[in-house]
Amino acid sequence: MSRTFFAKNPSVLWFLLILALFTLAVTVLSEAYGVAFISTSFVKTLGKTLCLALVALAMDLIWGYAGILSLGHMAFFALGGYMIGMWLMYARTDEIVVAALAQGGLPATAEEIRQGVATQIFGVVGASDFPPIWYFAHSFWAQIALVVLVPGILALVFGWLAFRSRVTGVYLSILTQAMTLALALYLFQNDSGLRGNNGLSGLQNLPGLDAVSQDDVSMWFFWASALALGIGYLLLAWVVSGKFGSVIRAIRDDEQRVRFLGYSVEGYKLFVFTLTAVIAAIAGALYYPQAGIINPAELAPIASIYLAVWVAIGGRGRLYGAVIGAAFVSLLSSWFTGGRAPSIPLGFYTIDWVDWWLVILGLSFVAVTLFAPKGIGGLFDLATGLRSPNRRGAPLGPDDGALMEKEAKE
Amino acid sequence: MRALLLSLAALILMAFPALAQQSVADILAANRDQIEKPSRQTIGPVIDQLAASGDPAAAAVLTAWEAKQLGLRESDGAFFIVEKSDDGWTLTNPDGSPAGTAPKGDIKELKPNAGVRGLIATALVQFTLSDPDRAKRLAALESIAKDPKADALIPLRAAIDAEPDPDLKAQKQRLERLLTLRFDPDSAARVAAIESFGSELGLDLRAALNPLVATTRIAFAGDLPAGSNLARTLTPGSDLTEVEAYDLLVAANMAPARLTVEEARKALVTNLNDGMVGGVALADLNTQAARDTAYTALETAGIVPAAATDAEVTAAVAAHRFAEVYAEPDPAVTSAAAAALSGITIKVGTMQAADLALDAVSLASIYFLAAIGLAITFGVMRVINMAHGEFIMMGAYTGYVVQQFIPNHTVSILVALPLAFAVTFAAGVAMERLVIRHLYKRPLETLLATFGISIALQQIAKNVFGTQARPLTAPSWLDGALTFNDVVSISYIRIAIFVLALVFLMFFLWLMKRTRLGLEVRAVTQNPSMAASMGINPDRINMLTFGLGSGIAGIAGVAIGLFAKVTSELGSDYIVQSFMTVVVGGVGNIWGTLAGAFLIGTFQKGIEWLNPSNTLAAQTYMILLIILFIQFRPRGIIALKGRAAGD
Amino acid sequence: MTALLEVSGVSVTFDGFRAINNLSFNIEAAELRAIIGPNGAGKTTFMDIVTGKTRPDTGTVTFGERSISLLSLSEAQIARAGVGRKFQRPTVFEDQTVAENLTMALKAQRAPWRVLFWRETQADRDKVAALAAEVGLSDALARKSGELSHGQKQWLEIGMLLAQEPRLLLVDEPAAGMTLAEREHTTALLVEMAKTRAVVVVEHDMEFVRRLNCKVTVLHEGSVLAEGSLDHVTRNPQVIEVYLGRG
Repeated sequence: MSRTFFAKNPSVLWFLLILALFTLAVTVLSEAYGVAFISTSFVKTLGKTLCLALVALAMDLIWGYAGILSLGHMAFFALGGYMIGMWLMYARTDEIVVAALAQGGLPATAEEIRQGVATQIFGVVGASDFPPIWYFAHSFWAQIALVVLVPGILALVFGWLAFRSRVTGVYLSILTQAMTLALALYLFQNDSGLRGNNGLSGLQNLPGLDAVSQDDVSMWFFWASALALGIGYLLLAWVVSGKFGSVIRAIRDDEQRVRFLGYSVEGYKLFVFTLTAVIAAIAGALYYPQAGIINPAELAPIASIYLAVWVAIGGRGRLYGAVIGAAFVSLLSSWFTGGRAPSIPLGFYTIDWVDWWLVILGLSFVAVTLFAPKGIGGLFDLATGLRSPNRRGAPLGPDDGALMEKEAKE
Repeated sequence: MRALLLSLAALILMAFPALAQQSVADILAANRDQIEKPSRQTIGPVIDQLAASGDPAAAAVLTAWEAKQLGLRESDGAFFIVEKSDDGWTLTNPDGSPAGTAPKGDIKELKPNAGVRGLIATALVQFTLSDPDRAKRLAALESIAKDPKADALIPLRAAIDAEPDPDLKAQKQRLERLLTLRFDPDSAARVAAIESFGSELGLDLRAALNPLVATTRIAFAGDLPAGSNLARTLTPGSDLTEVEAYDLLVAANMAPARLTVEEARKALVTNLNDGMVGGVALADLNTQAARDTAYTALETAGIVPAAATDAEVTAAVAAHRFAEVYAEPDPAVTSAAAAALSGITIKVGTMQAADLALDAVSLASIYFLAAIGLAITFGVMRVINMAHGEFIMMGAYTGYVVQQFIPNHTVSILVALPLAFAVTFAAGVAMERLVIRHLYKRPLETLLATFGISIALQQIAKNVFGTQARPLTAPSWLDGALTFNDVVSISYIRIAIFVLALVFLMFFLWLMKRTRLGLEVRAVTQNPSMAASMGINPDRINMLTFGLGSGIAGIAGVAIGLFAKVTSELGSDYIVQSFMTVVVGGVGNIWGTLAGAFLIGTFQKGIEWLNPSNTLAAQTYMILLIILFIQFRPRGIIALKGRAAGD
Repeated sequence: MTALLEVSGVSVTFDGFRAINNLSFNIEAAELRAIIGPNGAGKTTFMDIVTGKTRPDTGTVTFGERSISLLSLSEAQIARAGVGRKFQRPTVFEDQTVAENLTMALKAQRAPWRVLFWRETQADRDKVAALAAEVGLSDALARKSGELSHGQKQWLEIGMLLAQEPRLLLVDEPAAGMTLAEREHTTALLVEMAKTRAVVVVEHDMEFVRRLNCKVTVLHEGSVLAEGSLDHVTRNPQVIEVYLGRG
């Protein structure tokens, strides 16, 4: 069976091969395990990019395949980050507090440690008690479970409400955006229990691993991210390759028709929405320890819009397109906004890329939407001569099925 | 004026007939010793006599005395109002006539101490309150009102009848009652004063009543201390925690202080001996129970002071009773005050509800303004324009730029409104032509493309105008607020926005229902190909409609800029709410948009009222409520039904 | 034997317009029925009600031997219960191959979890091939259905309906846009299908209805005006007035 799967989807093998080679190359060039050609901070950037590629994969499944333009997946991504961040911050502060209390002459009581950790973490928002949501923060495995459970349950509940009332298309996009905004605004409050706009910080320091240098830790996270991306790609390729993929693409093109075939569209949407939310959360849980800090700005609706931008530029409806888009745009973006791109003096005005990059991104996004709806991934079709039927300009979008049906009624 | 003074004098004469004959000079002379070395205890009658003398000079003499400007010529015992000159003193008789000068040594300056000066000042209040100058009387009243004191009561009462100005008289009477209810020695008079107000809303009344019902918590053993005015008894555990109750006992010196964890810790560390303390090994001291054991051992050995353990605390708390008592000892007064306050609270609550309703209406008109452009582009054309917020921002910046060239705010706003419309109309038309018309059949991609434009426009605004907020100043005639009473008020800007929202509603209705353009827009919306076959150019109509929606966003931007900061993020702050307004209201119906705006405005204000400290939470809950609302009315408040709604 | 589909006393109103007015009739388990009527008679709304797309204001619709009420079921549940619907314009999933379209329609478990782990067996492949042969698309199995001609799409959709193995088939103007030969083929197929299941054909084209040679129900203003053989109803003066009379 697996032979037929790879035979049917040769791009999966190619992707895994390229990912493996890339991982190997980075390892060989890294400071920790190789010739020190690539700086540790760049390894972190690459590792983060792999995580972004993973969440872009999830976005591609929900949008490119199922046709649901969710503007909330970066919220799930950030929630995953928050969940793992809680444990990282707790465990790390716990170590520091225990060490500090050991100076006091008496061995510390559990209560003293708890108080000390709470004051240390929440002093910045003027609190000194643990909010209930930190109940499991001391336990690594509990928080790992929450990485999956919290965004998963949120997606399940929200999705159930939204799909049940048959909110579709742009309405659903706006609704997901509203959800993201609500979540971000909630987390911005100081009494949200997650340190308000300070967010969680110091996440790059792994508890108990003070002796290990960041060079090594960054490589470990890079490997983990590469592994997660590989597994995620394999999983999603498997999901979309079979009848399930057929059904969700059919839902994208004409959900009413799918209903008349006997498939409960809501169930499928909910499944895909929740699955992708969980994948996004896992990507976030790998991303934020590499970023070191997470705050509510990460959940701003604009982040989810950028996610859609990556997938659109990379080419939606094909998994490698999402990966290419996320990697290409986010690396380019960090190059431009990192101040590394040279400014262009025009005499009367100097184009500073830090300021103008977003303008370029926004406009090129418009251009991609208008002129190259297939994105960068479309180039592969040119190369392989694999082309979809020329429909003489008639679009083949998610809404055209609905249009036909509307005409059918008339 | 003279007639007034005469009648005033006559009144005073009638009020104090027995004393009227004595002149100030006589009184001063008669009490020379007292005045030379006044003491707070004994000088009272003299001051009263002076104040009551009826001599017009009394006020001047008392003022001078208080200001340490009264002098005594030692040679003949005559009193003068003195002023330092280059070579000694310039003298003035008490009656105001000049009395020449005197060398330095001849005059003894009278320097009453602070206590005496206080008495003089109180006596003087009466004169200031009856001063011929209305402004001074008003100032005196205001100073008493600001800092009400018991001793102002008598002079105030004395100054009421003679007050010629009806306004001031009413103020004096009101102040008299406010002072009476707090300071009158007669309980019945105070209760009567309290009841005379009913449940009036004045802040001064609440300020006067609140101290009367202020309570303190006390702990006592046995019966309530005599003279306490009990507000309520407290039960430890329900009304107050055991810790609070014990703290009361400690504060009243009725129990020893509790041992804090930190003190116990210090004591243990100090008494550490060979890795043992109080018979417990150091390594075992990592629980509170072990530490308590060790401390108790030390306590028994007499090494550390006794401190209350938990059991002792419980026992001590059980052995005492706790109550809240009024600081005011008179129960009749406190119950009247409490009753009056509860009446006021109910009334204030009603008024606050009214104020909240006004706030909600004003917020609703802002949302309506922000959303009406969207109601056109999204509701009528079904085109998602995520750059709508940026059009609002463009309008606001247009207003700002206009104000840089036209300093007169009224003129600049009048210029900015049409200019903002023109600018955003042009931007909207350009966007429709260049981008949106290629995407009419791909709504999700319209959403994304307009997002791209929104990102670009926002960044361009940031690059041009910088990140800091730019001012867009309202004309001065829009400053201030329409105030109904101490609780209910609304600023003129908000009224203006409300009016603007109404104007737009009318305009929209007129445009869609009464004009050729509106007819054609509706035709194109319902069936583009049929409209085209009837000679309507759908391209042109789409372009104009989109331009119109964008132009209205520009005008809304000017209006919003008047009260919000103009930043590049101005638009994105409103975009989600605007879409929510349109969606909640029901797409394609202007009345729906109006209803949506009111619903969301009311929601938000209502939630803010429940949790006033936290507008972020209010917005969060509002969005959650909207998501829930859409569950029950997926098509909005005013839904198109049946086949016309499409699917 | 009770009827397969029982519609009784159904009314539905859109914004004050009564699209269906106290409509009642029955369809037997193996019956071919044509429904005719002028525009606005409620033909499409009737199909919407049976397939669960529109909820009637009053009335009952029951289906099958156990007389389950269709009104409480969702579209997908109704489809799984055995009601298939063919739209006027062919609606196939143009981005997918003919084989994928047919596979999706095959009678099988429809729950997401089951579908996710569903893998094609030889029996499924054979079934798809047989269906494709039946509707004349054997050569086109690997082609994207968007590339098919209009008539081929119609056939593909009919193939998908057959794959669903419905007990009741609602067909909306099957002959529209077909060539004469295709019409004949369609007629034969519908007659053939009606031997084992109920088939309801909504049609404008009298000639086509005559070929079907079945019982005819005439709808007018949301209720049944006449019922019987085509010759019978065409002789009905009321029918002539509201429908045929207008030419």
